[in-house]
Amino acid sequence: MSIARFWRETPRRYNLGGCRCTVCTTVYFPPRVVCPTCTTHRQSLGKMEPFQLSGEGTVISYTVIHDPAEGFEMLVPYALTLVKTVEGPVLTAEVVDIDPHEVRIGLKVHATFRKLREEGKAGVIHYGYKFAPAVEVDGAPRPLPLPSPAGEPRAAGRATA
Amino acid sequence: MREVAILGIGMTRFGELWDRSFRELGIEAGFQALVDARLSSRDLGALFLGNMASGSLIEQEHIAPLLMDYAGLAGHHLPAIRIEAGEASGAVALHQGYLAVASGAYDFVVVGGAEKLTDVPDVTANRITGATADQEWESVFGATLPGLWALIARRHMYEHGTTREQIAQVPVQAHEMGSKNPNAHYRNRITLEQVLGAPPVAEPLGMLDCAPLSDGAAAVVLGPLDRARKFTDTPVAIRASVVTSDTMALHHRGDLTRLDSTIVAAKRAFGQARKTASDVNVVELHDAYSISALLALEDLGFVGKGGAGTAFAEGRFAMGGTPTVNTSGGLKAQGRPFGAVGVAQVVELVRQLRGQAEGRQVSGAQLALAHSVGGTGATSVVHLLERTN
Repeated sequence: MSIARFWRETPRRYNLGGCRCTVCTTVYFPPRVVCPTCTTHRQSLGKMEPFQLSGEGTVISYTVIHDPAEGFEMLVPYALTLVKTVEGPVLTAEVVDIDPHEVRIGLKVHATFRKLREEGKAGVIHYGYKFAPAVEVDGAPRPLPLPSPAGEPRAAGRATA
Repeated sequence: MREVAILGIGMTRFGELWDRSFRELGIEAGFQALVDARLSSRDLGALFLGNMASGSLIEQEHIAPLLMDYAGLAGHHLPAIRIEAGEASGAVALHQGYLAVASGAYDFVVVGGAEKLTDVPDVTANRITGATADQEWESVFGATLPGLWALIARRHMYEHGTTREQIAQVPVQAHEMGSKNPNAHYRNRITLEQVLGAPPVAEPLGMLDCAPLSDGAAAVVLGPLDRARKFTDTPVAIRASVVTSDTMALHHRGDLTRLDSTIVAAKRAFGQARKTASDVNVVELHDAYSISALLALEDLGFVGKGGAGTAFAEGRFAMGGTPTVNTSGGLKAQGRPFGAVGVAQVVELVRQLRGQAEGRQVSGAQLALAHSVGGTGATSVVHLLERTN
């Protein structure tokens, strides 16, 4: 993946910047230009506003990957999950800071900022969100929060428009 | 719109065919179909070619005119059109060919599907085929195609009580069927214990839950049904041809245990053909991963929601079943050359409807259904085929 291709999505991958339809209030991640929920969806064109996800969510499905995606060889075995955020959107993401075989449907998780993969020894390093248990598991500390987009502490579910 | 028939079929052996090139495979399947249809190339109107990723896999784009050229038909200057929809490329190509004949734009067309997956290392092929999922929001975060289907499997187990053992019955039956198909990539039988004990890929799915990376090509010749008798004694009518789409990423679906694109495609297809699921005798459905087949059986309406695991394990879809499923061996055993599978499914069903499926014939097969899926269901395709007597 080219540097520009990854870089242009940084606000989303680093900070969980989604969007909200100002017509029907549905929240989306990643952001969309038009709302698929509104019955007259053209009405929402130009009316989607930025919306910050809190990073809180629940695992709704999981797998432990042994045959990895390219660039993820060092992580095997890793827990790939679907996390339903409290704001609604579902994300495909790894759950870390827990034995991958301990991940279950219903596990409460919190977004954390991590290295995703390296493109070879001299290539680009991709960073972005993963999730970690929201409560302590086996004495492990709570995960580091995502970096704040404006350098300020972030309130959950706050619109940033 | 006029009625469309399949007049000829052809396919290569599927497998790791290191001694054969992409163009060799495509031409072999195409010529078999033309010869089978007793159609002169002078009567040909167009080629529709399903192919997923020749640019990445063999570093060759623009492949439809290339196959026309090496088939000796460049001088006819016919339209040669490539179609891509991931693993459903071949099935979507069939839809385009169907529309072309039904509309009257062309009388006779060849629909082909071809893919060459073994000219790159497995890890590269997995990356390329994994690109049928959302690269930006799934793959970047560590998702693989089997990983995404494993997420579906886990949720199906959670919501419907489907067991690992029930899921593992799917490849056992696939290999049993494949053992009777001379074109199949795998012709060995496997046991439930072997499936359960295979190395894990994406839990709960293991190596034997996943269809292989194969090379191969398949082709059919289409023409107007009212002229079909001139070419074949057993024309097979295409009673419905439906393509549907859905969200690209699995995580944008409301329900993880079904593919809405398949549910809608089946509903529209049965409506077009004025048939129901219980009229169908033989099915070729998407079983790239064992769980895919269980989902398809439910989504196509052959069993109630959540009931596929139990019904499959009871043998309801084995030879002589209601309906019989994947007599070719499916993607699992017959093989999985991505762009070719949708056409190969139809080749197998035409054999069944003609009564030519030696060693694996479903007796009295009259109505057949082909089901193809791209990625995790962003594309689904359903065709209904009927023997005309």
